[in-house]
Amino acid sequence: MSAAERMQRQQNRTAWLFLLPLIIALVGVAIWPLTRSIFFSFTDAFLDAPANYGFVGIDNFITVAEDPVFWRAVKNTLFFTVISVGLETLLGLAIALLLHRAFVGRGIVRAAILVPWAMPMVVSTRIWEWMLNDQFGLINKLFVTLGLVEKGIAWTAEPTLILYTVIFIDVWVTTPFMVLLILAGLQLIPEEIYEAAEVSGVPHWKRFWSITLPLATPAIGVAMLFRTLDALRMFDLSYVLAANNENTMTMSIYARDQLISFQDLGLGSAASTWVFMIIGLIAIAIVGVLRLDRATG
Amino acid sequence: MKMAMTTTVPAKRYSNSTYRTIKRMKALGLYAGVAAVLVYMLFPYYWAIVSSTKSGQALYQFSLVPSLDFSNYWQLFHNPVFMGALVNSGLVAFASTMISLVIGILAAYALGRLQLSPGRIILIAVLMISIFPQVVVLSGMFEVIGWLGLYNRPSALIVSYLILTLPFTTWILTSFIRDLPTELEEAALIDGCSRLRVLTHVLLPLMGPAIASAGLLSFILAWNEFLFALTFILTDENRTVPVAIGLLTGSSRYEYPFGQIMAASVTVTLPLLVLVLIFQRKIVAGLTSGAVKG
Repeated sequence: MSAAERMQRQQNRTAWLFLLPLIIALVGVAIWPLTRSIFFSFTDAFLDAPANYGFVGIDNFITVAEDPVFWRAVKNTLFFTVISVGLETLLGLAIALLLHRAFVGRGIVRAAILVPWAMPMVVSTRIWEWMLNDQFGLINKLFVTLGLVEKGIAWTAEPTLILYTVIFIDVWVTTPFMVLLILAGLQLIPEEIYEAAEVSGVPHWKRFWSITLPLATPAIGVAMLFRTLDALRMFDLSYVLAANNENTMTMSIYARDQLISFQDLGLGSAASTWVFMIIGLIAIAIVGVLRLDRATG
Repeated sequence: MKMAMTTTVPAKRYSNSTYRTIKRMKALGLYAGVAAVLVYMLFPYYWAIVSSTKSGQALYQFSLVPSLDFSNYWQLFHNPVFMGALVNSGLVAFASTMISLVIGILAAYALGRLQLSPGRIILIAVLMISIFPQVVVLSGMFEVIGWLGLYNRPSALIVSYLILTLPFTTWILTSFIRDLPTELEEAALIDGCSRLRVLTHVLLPLMGPAIASAGLLSFILAWNEFLFALTFILTDENRTVPVAIGLLTGSSRYEYPFGQIMAASVTVTLPLLVLVLIFQRKIVAGLTSGAVKG
């Protein structure tokens, strides 16, 4: 064995040693629990005695798939994800373009818009719940004073409105994240391109369409991917606002409900395995589209 | 270049004063836009502060100035459950951040420097774990926590939060180490330093910014977490603040203690806001480092 080979082997051993804590921790808190969750999906175990189980094949998966409440939760989650990520992207792009300009106090403003993002989701939900309260909320007070409505609207109780209220709050909370990622993308566009375009008299709107947008697309794509995956697992906002109200129930709330409220370890695990599969498929699809985009662009 | 020049539309010419007016209007529009963004982003928190200083009837009058009645805060700070929750939240967030930083620094050195062939696969696995829906590991995590005997203890959260904080701590630190120059380390290695010594004595002092970004983000994540905290903790005295606030309700829908909820909201958000405003650049760097490069 040559000295170089020996050194390489020594280095490999050190590398594994340094990686060991990470591997142990991630196996312990992620891979093992995931495996067990999938395992429990095939059993009739209950939460109070998880060691006491029998195998039931794919019965749990069928029970979940036949439950209209589950499909309601899937529908809510998908609707919530598409609409709120769409709005966040548009609003995030608009604000990012605005904050990309030079103005006095830009640094402070950029820090200030982080406020909604840094708050616990529970707190944001509570604050908006208070602002949107049907009797004492500021928003309704404003609407009544302006003569837009006769009487306060129950934003957080009306079954047809509550999902839109959830989307509205989520847009407020996560737009800062979008702004930051898109801003970072905008900052990578070299100033020279704009100067060249200006010299050649390319109009403003065309500069946006043919320079800014195409060059910021990778950043926007990555931001949308992150947000979509995050929105698909949403739990706290709906839960704090409406607990397990069917109008806002997400897939995560449904799965946790089966597991904790009904103590049904088998069924709850099957529900969460469904969630895992649905989100996994969507993730693969999005990454595929992004790759395609990069390959053709 | 000449070709291009001949085909372009000649720019409109304005007189000096029109030009100045247009410029002024544009600046005005910009500042108006920025002001609108600020109001949208900040007003709700301001309104929470205002409401938290009102009690009784004052809460239902829509005055925009705080009324400096601190009885909500007084009650809150004399509420042992809430104060206990604050301590629990602080301990849990601090401990899980520290653990993930130590594990993350070690791993980042291996992944960023010591060319290991499966390194790429490990990084991708780490990234995939960070997009796991938490609910998917819930039942398995329940069992792990039961085995460790941590059910209904704050330390259950320290352990389970590693699934949230470890992946991106590792990710941020690895991409930072990759960008550092290697000369210093090589010199140290030639002088006979061990790898661990190189990491602790050469790299660590340089890693301040990345450690700050990763640490802050992971602290915020752990401080704000709700699902695990709701599920693994049963009794009030072991709860963390988000759950305590989430479960605060009045005896009926009409007796909602909004003033107190707002006081609690302001209190738990304040430490985060101080951190965010001081370390804004670090946080932005951390959030964007993975996204833009990857």
